[in-house]
Amino acid sequence: MGQTLSEKIISEHCGRQVNPGDLVIADVDAAMVQDGTGPLSVKELEKAGLVQAVHPERTVFFLDHASPSPRSELSNAHNILRSFAARTGVIVSEIGEGVCHQRMVEEFARPGDLLVGADSHTVTSGALGAFATGMGSSDVGFAIALGKVWLRVPETFKIELTGSFKPGVFAKDLMLSVIGHIGADGATYKAMEFLGPVAHTLPMHERFVLSNMSVEAGAKAGLFAADNVTKAYLEDAGRGEDFTALAPDDDAVYEKTFSFDLGEIEPTVSFPHTVDNTRKVGEARGIKIDQAFIGTCTNGRLEDLRIAEEIVKGKKVASGVRFLIVPASRKVYLEAMREGLMETFVEAGGVIQPPGCGPCVGIHQGVLGDGEVCISAQNRNFGGRMGNPEGSIYLASPATVAASALTGKITDPREFL
Amino acid sequence: MTLLKGKVFKFGDDISTDHITPGRYFHLRGDMAKLAEHTLKDADPTFAKKVQSGDFVVGGRNFGLGSSREHAPRVIAECKVSAVLARSFARIFYRNSINVGLPVLECDTDGIDAGDELEVDLAQGVIRNLTKGEEINFTPIPEFMRGLLADGGLAAHIKKHGGFKL
Ligand code: SF4
Repeated sequence: MGQTLSEKIISEHCGRQVNPGDLVIADVDAAMVQDGTGPLSVKELEKAGLVQAVHPERTVFFLDHASPSPRSELSNAHNILRSFAARTGVIVSEIGEGVCHQRMVEEFARPGDLLVGADSHTVTSGALGAFATGMGSSDVGFAIALGKVWLRVPETFKIELTGSFKPGVFAKDLMLSVIGHIGADGATYKAMEFLGPVAHTLPMHERFVLSNMSVEAGAKAGLFAADNVTKAYLEDAGRGEDFTALAPDDDAVYEKTFSFDLGEIEPTVSFPHTVDNTRKVGEARGIKIDQAFIGTCTNGRLEDLRIAEEIVKGKKVASGVRFLIVPASRKVYLEAMREGLMETFVEAGGVIQPPGCGPCVGIHQGVLGDGEVCISAQNRNFGGRMGNPEGSIYLASPATVAASALTGKITDPREFL
Repeated sequence: MTLLKGKVFKFGDDISTDHITPGRYFHLRGDMAKLAEHTLKDADPTFAKKVQSGDFVVGGRNFGLGSSREHAPRVIAECKVSAVLARSFARIFYRNSINVGLPVLECDTDGIDAGDELEVDLAQGVIRNLTKGEEINFTPIPEFMRGLLADGGLAAHIKKHGGFKL
């Protein structure tokens, strides 16, 4: 029987042909934690007397959620990670280097990897053809120390893409629509694999958005085949040797197949307070906003900043609106500076913050006030997400966020393109 | 651990890890007891004050969706909740709960109301609603995970077996 991408990768990592539903102990190639989850991993390993890492050169501790730290407790949490790293040789991604998942795809994740991370959006690396999945601090801690993890082999949903995007429509709009269609728990315990000829034409930055948000439908992983686009991306990053081609078997068995025609997707917005509460941008038109945020592991890449810049160039942000821009990594930041994008944002009235998670998880750098509304390019809009349960978050593409920042109301980006 | 007894705190669908452990208490993650004072705060601000040892958290669909933070089941366990019951669970929350030794039971929770007295027999796989005089079955926990629970969670499992044991 043919295998899906996930089944192939898991089989490779436990030395036998697996089937959906099997429970296996699998070898782990790469692992990551972040500053919110890592200290607990360290504590568990210390308690167990396992201050060690099997693959220190492919284990990364990210200081990105509270970056730079706004309080002493979090500075101390950072030092717990730095100290464990000093003892074991694992890599620390320091303040200012960027959001974990962006850094993973820039430097560490490879096609065919089995990668675990103590962060739900670890699935982002699936865009490179890795089986990458989020788990808790204990799971990832022991994966770091022992090089192994327990896994249930997921059934796979095939997401077949056809057609091409109309102007002003992006992968974010597609993924919000997919989640709206499938539901926030529609793919729970499943792997989502984005396939079909159109999937092979999607550029990497669009693939990252789809894989990143697969977890918002509950998925365990969101994968693309590793193809020529993947190869070119890795070569551009000076990582050509990390490439291996990976495709599902022609007779792979999928539990379900969903087809989406990109040409039918409109700019889409998720209304508060669940990601699957999606509507076309027209239905959100005119909703007043207090804050507009572009950044995160979902949409803080160079291409996202470029489209936002195109929209705000030569214009001013609406009075009273905070327009926050957080490049996803130092690399993105540098390239955006070289291209002059940052200058445009600052001239338009935007606020640039250092690479990291920024206000996404409600720790600092853009916490909402009571009754305030934010339109955000992030991936989640749960109650309280931006630090205040009395705030509301609408999710959209960077283009929609930028257009809304200019008018002070949720706005169809096509009015500016 | 096989016979659990307590009263119900009822929640709706889509209780996220942000409801359970809000991001604004991120700085308390190093101190589980303090973090637990805010358990489920954004779903029921008074939960942590009212809950008593042995009580049950009962949710609807997709309980625990969102982030991978293991602190979510840990603070619930810290409140001495004996089990979480829900129509369905988000994947990472489910596995984290097992890893920290908190029983999570998938069952039809529609007929369970706040304040109901429940008795759960983990071995027999049955929930008795003592207030309503009803019995509810739950989806059996897969054997390997039951073993993890019986060992007291992942760390205890690894200590006991010297590694992972299927
Ligand atoms: S940017 Fe937001 S979603 Fe991404 S890792 Fe950071 S907190 Fe999580």
